[in-house]
Amino acid sequence: MHGYLTIEQVGKSFDTQSGKFTALSNVSLEIEKGEFIVIIGHSGCGKSTLLNIVAGLSRATTGAVLLDGAVVDEPGPDRAVVFQNHSLLPWLSAYANVRLAVDKVFGKSKSSAERDEWTKHNLGLVHMNHALHKKPDELSGGMRQRVGIARALAMQPKILLLDEPFGALDALTRAHLQDTVMEIHQATKSTTIMITHDVDEAVLLADRIVMMTNGPAATIGDICSVGLDRPRRRLEAADTQEYARCRKQVLQFLYERHAKAA
Amino acid sequence: MTMGDAAKPARLRPWLAGLHFQDKARNCALLVVPPLITIGLLLLLWQLLCSQPGAALPPPSKVINDTWELISDPFFDNGGTDVGLFWQILASLKRVSIGFSLAAACGVALGVLIGQSSFAYRGLDPIFQVLRTVPPLAWLPISLAAFKDSNPSAIFVIFITAIWPIILNTAVGIRQIPDDYRNVARVLRLNAFEYFTKIMLPASVPYMFTGLRIGVGLSWLAIVAAEMLVGGVGIGFFIWDGWNSSLLSEIILALIYVGIIGFLLDRIIGFVGRLIAGRPI
Repeated sequence: MHGYLTIEQVGKSFDTQSGKFTALSNVSLEIEKGEFIVIIGHSGCGKSTLLNIVAGLSRATTGAVLLDGAVVDEPGPDRAVVFQNHSLLPWLSAYANVRLAVDKVFGKSKSSAERDEWTKHNLGLVHMNHALHKKPDELSGGMRQRVGIARALAMQPKILLLDEPFGALDALTRAHLQDTVMEIHQATKSTTIMITHDVDEAVLLADRIVMMTNGPAATIGDICSVGLDRPRRRLEAADTQEYARCRKQVLQFLYERHAKAA
Repeated sequence: MTMGDAAKPARLRPWLAGLHFQDKARNCALLVVPPLITIGLLLLLWQLLCSQPGAALPPPSKVINDTWELISDPFFDNGGTDVGLFWQILASLKRVSIGFSLAAACGVALGVLIGQSSFAYRGLDPIFQVLRTVPPLAWLPISLAAFKDSNPSAIFVIFITAIWPIILNTAVGIRQIPDDYRNVARVLRLNAFEYFTKIMLPASVPYMFTGLRIGVGLSWLAIVAAEMLVGGVGIGFFIWDGWNSSLLSEIILALIYVGIIGFLLDRIIGFVGRLIAGRPI
């Protein structure tokens, strides 16, 4: 019985001047359709490498990734990525950035009016309808990241990959965006993998938290299932025993079992 | 009091943002008045230095007096090289525009090639680095020998002068395209043509236009020297002719025109670049 996304014995090594460097080894994970997975670990543990392999942006040295029964060997719009630094094209407006993706993915299957509608619909999901024609440098960091999420959603991907999307944002903006991501997940039931180094963010958003050991040869150290009901509200969730249990489990993993010298 | 003065510039900006008409006029004056003052002072200094008996160069008053015919009627045409300054400059601009357009087209194409392909970069970059240091006029004898005519030779000198900064800046522009944009293109599966038009060109336009601006400046520098040697109608030969006829005032007038046209060319390319890029470059 295989999951919707299967990561099977994935390893990644690089040839460096001082010999072979193994970043990841033996990573296996099954993800169900609609599941929200958060990957957490210290910086340099290969989280992003793993996400890039799922995205198809880099190739696994060993093992394979299967999405919906098909082997992943190149990037594609069925695995939309939201990059850490938003990576919007600065010469295009928010609308045009999303529209570029919509035109590419639905250019043949939807009419121009439908694509316009779909572009605006997705910008609406991230509450960005008020700034359709602003360029990225006229938007705040949080808004840029919202547009980046809208662009990814607009591709109607089989799986949404979020690479530390809120890493560069302040705490309040971060909380707003987390709420938006939860709303979207609730509404679209999109299968999602998100990378973070923020324990509260992981517990609040995840169905399962995947904890990575430190590199080299990083792998999955532990998995914590978060048994909180959805939809979740941050204040109420934070008061529950389950929240405290998960938080403690992740913290213990990160700071006792796999502490990293700063 | 000193503390208040130090804080002033920072406060000035937001205050200028909410402009009334008076503020606008004031802003304009802030831009125009300082250059007028420095130009006035320089002219005064020039006048004083060159008015002394035995001065080698004419003072500005004499320049204007001597060249008033040229200034007041730039459009006369007595045949041969005896034509008004408008026609002299137009002839030079024609040569520059042909040579520069060719350089822009070839330079951008070669820049894209060596920016995209590491093999082409390794193969061509050393050659470019050597050739670009050859002074423009050193190409002139070779081009005269090759084209056997003065006009194409002058145009070739412009071409070969302008092309290097265009190639090298375009290549830098292509190479600096962030991996993020490439990754976006890969996730969207843009084909080569879409990648070129939707990502590569807009991402590297500011660099291209930096190269084009340097290129147009260099071609304007080179045209004067080239025309001095090849002759015919053109601002360069006009200057050389002035020297042969000891008409220093005409040379000075021509220099001022050359400077202003060069400045305008630079601004025009900058303006076109901003227009195409849709952002300041």
